[in-house]
Amino acid sequence: MKILLNNRLEEFNKEPLSINEMLELKKFSFKMRIIKLNGVLIPKEKYDSTFIHEGDNVNMLYLMSGG
Amino acid sequence: MKFSEIKNHLALFRVGIAGAGGLGSNCAVALARCGVGTLVLSDFDIIEPANLNRQYYFTNQIGMLKTVALKDNIARINPDIIVIAHTEKLNRSNIPEIFEGCDVVVEAFDKDEMKEMLIETVQTKMPGTPVVVGSGLAGWGKSDIISYRKIDETLYVCGDESTVAGDEFPPMAPRVGIVANMQANTVVEILMKKTKDYFQT
Repeated sequence: MKILLNNRLEEFNKEPLSINEMLELKKFSFKMRIIKLNGVLIPKEKYDSTFIHEGDNVNMLYLMSGG
Repeated sequence: MKFSEIKNHLALFRVGIAGAGGLGSNCAVALARCGVGTLVLSDFDIIEPANLNRQYYFTNQIGMLKTVALKDNIARINPDIIVIAHTEKLNRSNIPEIFEGCDVVVEAFDKDEMKEMLIETVQTKMPGTPVVVGSGLAGWGKSDIISYRKIDETLYVCGDESTVAGDEFPPMAPRVGIVANMQANTVVEILMKKTKDYFQT
């Protein structure tokens, strides 16, 4: 399936893909992040139960301490 | 557009600022100079000497609550601004009350888990309210990797999204100021596109 990840086209061999599966496949290991799927914020505890489908728009933002 | 017109437009709006440290104090001052009508500040901390390397406070304010000192400093810069100061610690239940009616909320915390909590809360409990996040500002130099990104109509991020502050990699005035002012710039951009009924309270 093809999705948009931070406005870039990404292709995966599996559909659907849970958010955690996507993070593992992409080797995104930094834990402090915000993920929005089609404009809806997905809380951390739903990363296993929320699935990404063909054509979905995923946005990710890393949160760095300091202010 | 003349600055007087810009100022009159910005005077109609209310902006929430979560945290009054390096990001929050500098962002609030920039917004006050632009004439944003009402600023809702929230911070429970007092000013310590170590804060003065980047935060908009003065030596004679050490020991004061940040919100109280910032309200004073803003009044000295632009007495027309209404400043509402809250000193309770922000959490998932009080954020929607404290920032009720805000046209934009600025995320200006230090710790990553507080940033996460604020963003999650505003995005889920205050739908439609834009959040302007600061993420990645530690150290010095590397001005070229500091950027601005609009994720969607309700989520914006300013910073390098890669540097983590720590004892050996402290936040310092120049980069914190860049990010704080980018956040203020983003707020102004959002508000300049908004219209508001002049008779609305």
